[in-house]
Amino acid sequence: MSFYGLVDGSDASLKSYLNNLSGVDQVGAEARAAMLATRSIKTSSKRWAIDTAITMVDLTTLEGADTPGKVKALCTKAVRPDPTDSTVPSVGAVCVYNDMVSVARTHLDLIGGQHVPVAAVSTAFPSGRASMAVKIQDTQDAIDAGAAEIDMVIDRGAFLAGRYIDVFNEIVQIKQVCGDKAHLKVIFETGELVTYDNVRKASFLAMAAGADFIKTSTGKVAPAATAPVVLVMLEAVRDFYEMTSTRIGVKPAGGIRNTKDAIKQLVLVNETVGPDWLNPKLFRIGASALLNDLLMQRMKMDEGYYSSPQYVTMD
Amino acid sequence: MSFEYAPAPESRALVSIKPKYGHFIGGKFVAGGKHFPTINPATEEVLSQIALAGKAEVDAAVKAARKAYTTTWSKLSGKERGKYLYRIARIMQERAREFAVLETLDNGKPIRESRDTDIPLAAAHFFYHAGWADKLEYAGLGTSPKPLGVAGQIIPWNFPLLMLAWKVAPALAAGNTVVLKPAESTPLTALLFAEVCQQAELPAGVVNILTGDGSTGALIVNHPGIDKIAFTGSTEVGKIIARAVASTNKSVTLELGGKAANIVFDDAPIDETVEGIVNGIFFNQGHVCCAGSRLLLQENVAEEVLHKLKNRMEKIRVGDPMDKNTDVGAINSKEQLAKITELAAVGDAEGAERWSPACSLPAKGFWFAPTIFTGVTQAHRIAREEIFGPVLSVLTFRTPQEGIEKANNTPFGLSAGIWSEKGSRTLWASQQLRAGVIWANTFNKFDPTSPFGGYKESGWGREGGRHGLSAYLKGVSHE
Repeated sequence: MSFYGLVDGSDASLKSYLNNLSGVDQVGAEARAAMLATRSIKTSSKRWAIDTAITMVDLTTLEGADTPGKVKALCTKAVRPDPTDSTVPSVGAVCVYNDMVSVARTHLDLIGGQHVPVAAVSTAFPSGRASMAVKIQDTQDAIDAGAAEIDMVIDRGAFLAGRYIDVFNEIVQIKQVCGDKAHLKVIFETGELVTYDNVRKASFLAMAAGADFIKTSTGKVAPAATAPVVLVMLEAVRDFYEMTSTRIGVKPAGGIRNTKDAIKQLVLVNETVGPDWLNPKLFRIGASALLNDLLMQRMKMDEGYYSSPQYVTMD
Repeated sequence: MSFEYAPAPESRALVSIKPKYGHFIGGKFVAGGKHFPTINPATEEVLSQIALAGKAEVDAAVKAARKAYTTTWSKLSGKERGKYLYRIARIMQERAREFAVLETLDNGKPIRESRDTDIPLAAAHFFYHAGWADKLEYAGLGTSPKPLGVAGQIIPWNFPLLMLAWKVAPALAAGNTVVLKPAESTPLTALLFAEVCQQAELPAGVVNILTGDGSTGALIVNHPGIDKIAFTGSTEVGKIIARAVASTNKSVTLELGGKAANIVFDDAPIDETVEGIVNGIFFNQGHVCCAGSRLLLQENVAEEVLHKLKNRMEKIRVGDPMDKNTDVGAINSKEQLAKITELAAVGDAEGAERWSPACSLPAKGFWFAPTIFTGVTQAHRIAREEIFGPVLSVLTFRTPQEGIEKANNTPFGLSAGIWSEKGSRTLWASQQLRAGVIWANTFNKFDPTSPFGGYKESGWGREGGRHGLSAYLKGVSHE
C-alpha cells in the first residue's frame, strides 16, 4: 500500500511523519472555537442548517439492552424522522452494535429505507481491548450482515504508550477487511487522548492509514465531541486535503444533544474546512437525542411556537 | 447549496440618542455653544450634534473638578471612593448592551467586539481599581501616597469607552478628579458614561466630560489649573503635548503609536498562529495602537503561514458592524480611510505585493478590505509608519537573532508577539524585545491587572496594574 506517499508503513517513517506536525496551542484552539460559537444563525440559514443536520445524523443506539424491537423502531425513525411531515429528510445512517446489523438492514429494506446505510461499531467497541483476530472477525461479521459503514475504535493504550505503528497497522488491517464494501470511520476517543496535540497526531495517523472518516468518540466517555476537538480534526482534514487531494470526513459523536450544538458544529465546518464538507458524505453527527430537538426546532420555525415533546416520536 | 448566514442584526431600539448633547460639568449637563455632527461611519448617518468646548467650558470644568477635589473627593476615605467605583462598574455591566450598541454605532466596530471585549473590559477596569481605592498604601509609594489633583484626560476614538475606563478608574481610585475629553468622532459612550456617573450619585465635579476637537484638547493641556495630563493617541500629538507641559509642574503619561512585530518562529503552532495574526491586525479594523502590524516570518515557514493566512482571510466577514456575525467593521472616519488608502498606495509604489480576499464592501460609509503586503523590507515606509488600519506588512527573517533585530529596528516599542512551541525560545525572545507588552502565542489580550505602555516613541508611563495606578499618585517621602 502507498499510504498517499506520506509513509512507507515502517515505524521510522510513521514517527518522522507524525513528528513533523506542528503543535496545537491549547488556549488558541479553545479561543477560536469559542469565537465561532458566537455566530448567530437565524431565519433561512437556521432552517437550512436544521435540515442539513438531520441528513447528517448517525442515529445511534449502543446499549446492552438493545433488542430487535428497539432497533426496528430506530430504523423507522431514521427513514421518516417526522411521520407527519414528508419534507423532513432521512438521517445519514443508523448506527448499531455488530449483532443488530442484520436486524437493522432487513427492517430498513422492508420499510423503504434502502437509501439509509447501517453503520456498525467494531473492533471490540468501545474499549478496543481484544486480539487483532477478534477485531478482524468483528468487522467481517458486520460487513457480512450488511453494514456499509464500520466505526472502529483505535487502541488508545497503544497510542498513549507511543506505539503508533500498532495503531496504524490495526487501521490498515481493518481497512483491508472493509475493502470497497464499507466506509471506515476511525474513532479516537478524544476524551482519553486528552491533548489537542494527540488529537492532531491521531487524525494524521488515521488518515494516512486509510480512514474514510475520523470520529471523535464512542459516546461512552466524557468529554466527547467538544468544539475545540472538532476544530482540530477539521483543520487536520483540511491540511490533509491540501497534501493529498483526498477529502476525509469528520464525525463528532457524543454530547451534541440540541439544535444549537449541532448548528455550532456546522459553523465550525463552514469556517474551517469549507462548505464542501457540509454534506453527509463528509460530515456526520453521532447522536440519539439530537434528532428530536432538530425536529422540534423545525416545527417551531414552521408554526411559530414550541410543541411539547409529545408531538415528536420518542423512537 | 451553501451555508449563507442570514442577517443577524443587534437591535438598535435599546439606545436613545438625543439630537443634541451638551457638556457634563459639575454633575450637570450644560448646553454647549457651537456644535458639530457625530456620524455612524458604517452608514454616514448623522447620529447627533456634539458641543464644541471652548475656553469658557474648559475653565468651568477645571473649576468644578478643583472644587470637587478640594471639598469632597480628596477628603473621602478610600473605602468610600471604592464604593462609588464599584457602583459605576455594576451600572456599566447592567447597561452593557446599551453601551455596546452605542459604541458600535458611533465607532463602526463590530458589535461582537464591543459586546465581548470593549464593554466587559471597561467594567473590569472599574472593578479592579475599586479594589485599589482603600489599599493605596500598598502601591509601593510609601505609607500614605497622595493624589495629584485634577487630571486632564484626552482619549482616542479606537476604544472610546475602554480608554475612558483606563483613564478615569485609576484617577478616581487614587483620589483625583478628572476633566475628560473623548475623541471628536466618538463622544457618545462618554456622554452615556456621564449619565452613569449621575445614576451612581458620584459627587458633582469628580468627573467632567467636555466634547470637542483638537482645539479643546489643547485648552485642557495648557490649562494652568490642571495637575496631570494623560493622553492616548498619535505620537505626533503626544510630542506636542510633551513640549507643552515641559515647562510646567504637570505630570504626564502618554500612550502613543506602535508598529508591533508579530514574530513567527518555525516551531510555532501554525493554525493558532494564523488566528493570532488575524486577531493581531484585523481586530478593531486594525485601529489598535498595539496592533501586530508587522508580521515577521521565519523564512522556512513563511510560505506555509502565508498560504494558511490567505485561506483564513477569505473567511473574514466584513460588513455591517451591527450584525452579530461581522468580524471587521467600518473604518472610523473619512480622514482615517484617506490615511490608510494613502499609505497602502505607498506600499504599492515601493514595490510590495498587495493582496486582499474577495469581499464586497458596502457602498456607503468608510471601508477598507483586510489587506496584506508581502515582500516588505525594513526600508519600506509601510514597515516603519503606523497605518492604523487593517493592513499587514509581511517581512521574513532567517535566524531567531535576526528576527529580534528586525523587531526592535523601529522608533516604536509598544507591543510584540512571539509564536513558538519552545518555552526557552519564547523566554529568550521576550528578554531581547524592547516593547512594553509582549504576548506569547496570543495577541491583543488585555487585563486591568497588567500594565500597558510603550518604549521609545510609543509613550511614557504605564496604564493598568499597580504601575498604572502610581501614575495618579505621588509618594510622600518624608515619613
